[in-house]
Amino acid sequence: MIIRRPSDIPSSEITPRSVWLRRREFIAGAAALGLTGASSGSASAAPLKAALSPLSTDEKLTPLEDVTSYNNFYEFGTGKEDPAAYADRLKTRPWTISVEGLVAKPQEIGIDDLIKLAPLEERIYRMRCVEGWSMVIPWIGFPLKVLLDRVEPLGSAKFVAFESALRPDEMPGVSGFFKVLDWPYREGLRLDEAMHPLTILAVGLYGETLPNQNGAPVRLVVPWKYGFKGIKSIVRIRLVETQPETSWNQQNPSEYGFYSNVNPEVDHPRWSQATERRIGEGGLFGGGRRPTLMFNGYGDQVASLYAGMDLRANY
Amino acid sequence: MAAPAPPAGTRGARRLSTGARQWLVYLVGFMPAIYTFILGVLNELGADPVKALEHALGLWALRFLILTLMITPLAEIAGIRLIAYRRALGLLAFWYACLHLAAYLILDQQLALAAITGDIVRRPYITVGMAAFALLVPLAVTSNNLSIRRLGRRWRQLHRLIYGAAALAAAHFIMVVKSWPPEPLVYGGIVFLLLAYRLVPQKVRRDIYHRLAGQQISTVTRSPGAES
Repeated sequence: MIIRRPSDIPSSEITPRSVWLRRREFIAGAAALGLTGASSGSASAAPLKAALSPLSTDEKLTPLEDVTSYNNFYEFGTGKEDPAAYADRLKTRPWTISVEGLVAKPQEIGIDDLIKLAPLEERIYRMRCVEGWSMVIPWIGFPLKVLLDRVEPLGSAKFVAFESALRPDEMPGVSGFFKVLDWPYREGLRLDEAMHPLTILAVGLYGETLPNQNGAPVRLVVPWKYGFKGIKSIVRIRLVETQPETSWNQQNPSEYGFYSNVNPEVDHPRWSQATERRIGEGGLFGGGRRPTLMFNGYGDQVASLYAGMDLRANY
Repeated sequence: MAAPAPPAGTRGARRLSTGARQWLVYLVGFMPAIYTFILGVLNELGADPVKALEHALGLWALRFLILTLMITPLAEIAGIRLIAYRRALGLLAFWYACLHLAAYLILDQQLALAAITGDIVRRPYITVGMAAFALLVPLAVTSNNLSIRRLGRRWRQLHRLIYGAAALAAAHFIMVVKSWPPEPLVYGGIVFLLLAYRLVPQKVRRDIYHRLAGQQISTVTRSPGAES
């Protein structure tokens, strides 16, 4: 597979790997000075070893502080800061994922076994939120295909349905008067999308296990789709024959389609998707917008999945 | 717009004149804007400072609209008379709406005119927000004693536009979010109640209070600048 490298990014914009590898020292120093409120929010963060994947972008990384403090994880509240504030309540051990449905070998896999399923890779991906902002995140994980191959999908399996944990005692956002989504959170992919080499199960970021607010202990990352497709804190993966229900599509079918591929030409009914603001760049006065790329810039790898499809109808 | 300067030192330092207190409302009222802006300059507004500033300014515009609309019910229901400060609150709402719009045009869209005009025409929430702002402009322009004298009865009719502005502003907030998070709905509910209050004729409202309060509440005298 040919990975096209963007050539228009000056090297001065790229954080040298040596610098971000030393970030723990900066964080530790800042914590010692009382400057940071435990930014990763995860006391149990453990280092994870991973080789840098050639599927990574070399764009400038979004600072760890932003990646872990600006999150949409409605189980912990609808505010961007809510997940960082409340997600530490989520107990991520023990944790099992059930892989079931139209498969020859259904399995329940404990998280610690899951992490050892395949060599961990660092995948630096762009992440484009449906709200019009983006980040560049160094995920750690492995292709979802590894797990799916293990359970041997039957010929009748056409889609993959995912389900998040639902724990009202640990998730302040799922109870209460205003029900923002029909819990548990559900997502889905077509089987060929799920088997695509870019689709990963992420178990870490920035060299460590996933902070809870980013979807610990394991989440989906599909870089050419809007961020909400990347379901967090997964407990169930089910192979099915028909297109599964997905949470945001259920909430508002005219605004959030099943596919939800990043597409600057198909606007959200209420706002434009033509541009995005890269989080962590420019501050208050330089926070200009950049054009959004078709399939979030992964068109060379994924456009063929949708050959002949009307992407305006299948948004 | 400008309150007359208080007579200097006639009543001792401890009691502020109404004029001085009106200026105090402006001073305190602009604090959130100044505070948020300083946080932004210091890069303390989180991951998306532009959006955070934009949102804070818009939210304060809505809050000041709500405060402005609360003056009449407060006087009628609780006997708390704050009509002297209503103009200041209304103008604060207008200035916050200006700052909110400026943040959108300059910091968010970087004055990209094509994108902005496209947004205004095609994005209902921006159309609605712009309409709310447009309704506030004539109100701000005529928020002075001269206009009240010149326009007479028509001033009160004109200033009923605030009802439309508040309804549109609340709708703008609800339309910009995904799903139904509580905050915009709570604000929308407050605006709804304050507008519904106006649907009850004033005479009926007064009769109800009299009966409930056992004739305790005296009738609220109406000054020309006191449109409900």
